[in-house]
Amino acid sequence: MARGSIKFLYRGGVVELSNVGPNDTLLDWLRLDRGACGTKEGCAEGDCGACTVAIGTLRDSALAYEPVNSCIQLLGMIDGKELITVEDLSADDARLHPVQDAMLRHHGSQCGFCTPGIVMSLFTLYHGETSPDRGVVNDYLAGNLCRCTGYRPIVDAARDACSGAPNDRFSAGMAATVDTLAGLVDGEDVLIGDEASFFAAPATIEALAELCARHPDATLVSGATDVGLWITKQLRVLPKIIHLGRVAGLSDIRETDNGVHIGAGTTYAQAEPALSRIDPDLGELLRRIGAKQVRAAGTVGGNIANGSPIGDTPPALIALGAELHLRRGATARTMPLEEFFIDYGRQDRGPGEFVTGVDVPHLGPGEVFRCYKISKRFDQDISALLGAFKFTIEDGRVADARIAFGGMAATPKRAARAEAAIIGGKLSNERDWAAALAALGEDFRPIDDVRASAGYRLQTARALLEKVLHEAGGEASAATRVVGVRTGERGHVA
Amino acid sequence: MWHSARRRTQIPPADDGVSVGSAIAHDSAAGQIRGSAQYIDDMPEAANLVHVAPGYATGAAKGRITRLDLDAVRAAPGVVAVLTSTDIPGKNDCSPSFGGDPIFADGRVEFHGQVVFAVAARTREQARKAARLAKIDVEAETPAVTVEDGLASGETVLPDYQFLRGDPARAKDGAANVVSGSLRVGGQEHFYLEGQVAMALPGEGGEIHVYSSTQHPSEVQHLVANMLGKPEAEIVCECRRMGGGFGGKESQASQWGCIAALAASVTGRAAKLRLDRDDDMIMTGKRHDVRVDYTYAHDDKGRLAAVVVEFNMRCGYSADLSLGVCDRTMFHTDNAYYYPNVRIHSRRVKTDTVSNTAFRGFGGPQGMVFAERMMDEIAIRLGIDPLDVRKRNFYGRGRDVTPFGMKVADNIAPRLIRELEKTSDYRQRRKAVKAFNRQNRFLKKGLALTPVKFGIAFTLKHLNQAGALVHVYTDGSVQVNHGGTEMGQGLHTKVAQVVAEEFGIDFDRVKITATTTDKVPNTTPTAASSGSDLNGMAAKRAAEIIRNRMAEVAARLHQATTSDVGFAGNMVRVGEREIPFAELARTCFLERVSLSSTGYFATPKITWDRETTSGQPFLYFAYGAACSEVTIDTLTGEMRVDRVDVLHDVGKSLNPAIDIGQIEGGFVQGMGWLTTEDLVYDASGRLATHAPSTYKIPTASDVPEDFRVTLWDSKGNREPTIYRSKAVGEPPIMLAISVFSAITDAVASLRPGRVPKLDAPATPEAIARAVRSMREA
Repeated sequence: MARGSIKFLYRGGVVELSNVGPNDTLLDWLRLDRGACGTKEGCAEGDCGACTVAIGTLRDSALAYEPVNSCIQLLGMIDGKELITVEDLSADDARLHPVQDAMLRHHGSQCGFCTPGIVMSLFTLYHGETSPDRGVVNDYLAGNLCRCTGYRPIVDAARDACSGAPNDRFSAGMAATVDTLAGLVDGEDVLIGDEASFFAAPATIEALAELCARHPDATLVSGATDVGLWITKQLRVLPKIIHLGRVAGLSDIRETDNGVHIGAGTTYAQAEPALSRIDPDLGELLRRIGAKQVRAAGTVGGNIANGSPIGDTPPALIALGAELHLRRGATARTMPLEEFFIDYGRQDRGPGEFVTGVDVPHLGPGEVFRCYKISKRFDQDISALLGAFKFTIEDGRVADARIAFGGMAATPKRAARAEAAIIGGKLSNERDWAAALAALGEDFRPIDDVRASAGYRLQTARALLEKVLHEAGGEASAATRVVGVRTGERGHVA
Repeated sequence: MWHSARRRTQIPPADDGVSVGSAIAHDSAAGQIRGSAQYIDDMPEAANLVHVAPGYATGAAKGRITRLDLDAVRAAPGVVAVLTSTDIPGKNDCSPSFGGDPIFADGRVEFHGQVVFAVAARTREQARKAARLAKIDVEAETPAVTVEDGLASGETVLPDYQFLRGDPARAKDGAANVVSGSLRVGGQEHFYLEGQVAMALPGEGGEIHVYSSTQHPSEVQHLVANMLGKPEAEIVCECRRMGGGFGGKESQASQWGCIAALAASVTGRAAKLRLDRDDDMIMTGKRHDVRVDYTYAHDDKGRLAAVVVEFNMRCGYSADLSLGVCDRTMFHTDNAYYYPNVRIHSRRVKTDTVSNTAFRGFGGPQGMVFAERMMDEIAIRLGIDPLDVRKRNFYGRGRDVTPFGMKVADNIAPRLIRELEKTSDYRQRRKAVKAFNRQNRFLKKGLALTPVKFGIAFTLKHLNQAGALVHVYTDGSVQVNHGGTEMGQGLHTKVAQVVAEEFGIDFDRVKITATTTDKVPNTTPTAASSGSDLNGMAAKRAAEIIRNRMAEVAARLHQATTSDVGFAGNMVRVGEREIPFAELARTCFLERVSLSSTGYFATPKITWDRETTSGQPFLYFAYGAACSEVTIDTLTGEMRVDRVDVLHDVGKSLNPAIDIGQIEGGFVQGMGWLTTEDLVYDASGRLATHAPSTYKIPTASDVPEDFRVTLWDSKGNREPTIYRSKAVGEPPIMLAISVFSAITDAVASLRPGRVPKLDAPATPEAIARAVRSMREA
């Protein structure tokens, strides 16, 4: 028997809602239903962070606070979580939360419209890190646009407020919160609505498979970081929403014989440490997907299943030789990731079928991996192009190559001709690279759009191939990059 | 001197008991960080309020409307009313200047996104969904989209305008070096975080009270009155605060105020219009982009003999504020440099795109980017350090008259630059940059130190006036109201500081209230950096009037003269005695002496006559300088700003925390304009970058980790401005030109003597293109 309501913790009590529309957003619930107008709408597409709230999630008996863009978070998605908004931080009128107090003292607000979202991002920083450096603070702020301050006072406030262990009413009440949230875990499927229109959040993979088979026309939602915009921007009505966030086992990360398995429901934030261990460039790439708010909601599986030509993880995972797992009803199948992407907007996924996970292999001996994201802005931007490269180096030559690009074609795609042309090439001899550089022009016919011209895309794809060959040949990334310098400079073959 | 230690800008502590000059927190800060500061969309909604959404012809940029079928809109769920130009009883125009900005397109569409109708419905979602159901057919014409399109059509929104001095043609003939070139500078979206919003409440007898997120409440009031055919006295416009303005709510807020008011008038219900972000970016104007065509002549030392420059400003479909904006580009074409022979020509190009408008700097930045490009070019060609070329061209003795005939009497640029050159360690770093570039194949560094000189006053003389209203209550608390609006810049805080100072009372005894046209009428926009210059002075005068009355009462009751009366520390001193301020306020009431006064101020010395291009357009200049260091990746065009040092002149600061906030924020906003903020229109005239997903303003990691901001140790403005302070809103934007120049410098390092072909914004693609231009034969 499915549960016909969602339950979550808000302002110290469990809220149970049974009138949750499949397209209701968390922000509208706060502002319109609850009249809690502290949380602002700046863009309604998850890009400015003014609507940031903190979501507390219980994972392995530990509570983690993460920032989320409430404008594109569906209300039903917060089942089982704790919701904290800017109004909730200080217990009374007299006292401010430490991050609010620091924001006040450091003059961190001017027009004040981004401020509630910034306060909430800093709240998650306060609970997530101790004595963060500038880079960590920037990372927590990347999803919060401020047009007034130039960020400096906000960064100062963050570093000031987060210099010690958290000591606020949320840390004081942590045990009780954990108990309450643990009490909300009931293993029941959530189904609000009827057969024609519903919000569903199945609890098991079997229930999910059954629901998908019964409603092949339903929209599958993990983080809603794209689907949310269909609702807020395209004003589409999506009558059937199946949310994957409660499916047990779908967000597992586990070591396999030769790599790591990332469950489809794994958020970018959860996947980041495991993927970083494969290569620091992969970690840096994950760090540059959206911002904290997007990475706390969006998933690796969603990034793949969505099939966008500019999704950031597919090119990197294709270059690494990842395999994709899908399931329909009781039938599971596995394929090389690149074969999933057939054409623009078309993937090898049947009605009622869903992605269950991806296996990413570790680098073997002699293997070098690099990936580079090119965008107008470094943080929280969508790639103009993204190049990912895995070379096997033997005796200073490229013995094997896997090269994949995003943003260069209608799908994430391997550069077959360039791969063939570079094999056998000597890293120390730039003349050996010319054929491969030229071949990229045959592999790809990129397009002009708002992010870059076709010419720049092709020229830069070549530049990235050049760059990776220099780096594989021993050039330190500190001498080849203005961002994303590799920690410890490991992984290159001299 | 207020200054920042390495990597940390330090705000000096407040002096005890003195309001003006203290780093008092923004008056709304506590509410903002708690989420309790109210913006218009947060206000309680009246019962049966209707939500209004605008609609437009999605497929057309220009042409006659042949069919306007709104049946499906009317029939949509929740719809209460559908409004078009025929519903307007008065004038269908929301132009701030010369007309030509219809509230609803009437018969013709003039740009993609022009509002044709609006729909009022019970919920926001219903209104927005209904707005998309319109069927609008347009007999499509090919729109002029780019500056080139506009030049080809020959149409302008306003006549050309020119400054001419000397004989540039003859001066060129005699010069050792004559150079011609062209530079493009992109526009800029304001991206205020709070989008355009207005809420209108109908009152009795057809009165309307409009809450508008506007920099110019009086204009909203007047335009609503004109639209409804009512006396201005029946309309009130109120604005407590904006979630950012930056010029984007100077004229561009009016249309939404008008439509909300019309909806309230037609339905008899409260009406709210909040634009969706994408609609906001599509429907409202931006900073003017420009193509600058120029020829200049200089000697072998890099000193200019002649400058001939034409600014082809892309104004969009209507005049809006383009007269003032384009004029200000001309007023700042010199930046801090003397042009002995000069012709500055401005063409106000009409395109079939949204009307470009005010944006922090109001055209000035475009002029200055040209000036600095010219300095960089001269330096690159002559192989001289760009800073030395700049210095050789500074205004100085006998070289102190601007192209528009105003004497630069307060020139501190040379001294300020010398100071920054020292504190930023410019010469050592120049050597280090050169060494880095010798040693690195892929990455190249650039360094630039550029000045800013910005004229303060509205160049339209009549706008240089302000009013204020101050009340002292019998408990000694004080309420102040003035014509300026609060958009985050801290104006209300500064004005309250002034009033507290005048009465000698604590800052928290002064309550600042929403800007509203029924308290202070006939106001001018909060713009031109003049907010505190004008309103601070008006409030000071109002407070002085009351204080003088109070002093007379005190003197009379204690047998003293008014010169024996002083106000400080919440007390009033009369000779040897001290009376609490509140007690004297009560006494005044009992003595039947008014504790309320208006104050009025008109900026002196403004004599500019546009017709004859003579007289003085500015009261004074604000100065600053910045030194920026960048690294570029020559393979990809990616760029990082490594360090920025700023030295900026705010006269005697009214509030150093707020002033430093303006400088840092302005710098970063200017940096975004010149680097990542890239407005893209497609060939059919549609804006393709209409959301933050595609239009990229700076985020935290774009700000240099090493960012040192220092206030110039000023003895005070030589003009008697409010407490000898200087305006600070706009000038810092232009400090960011140092980043653009540093990028130019980095690219130039690839081939000495060759000028990189770099336009703004310097996106990775633009930088990569410039790098390629250095490698061409």
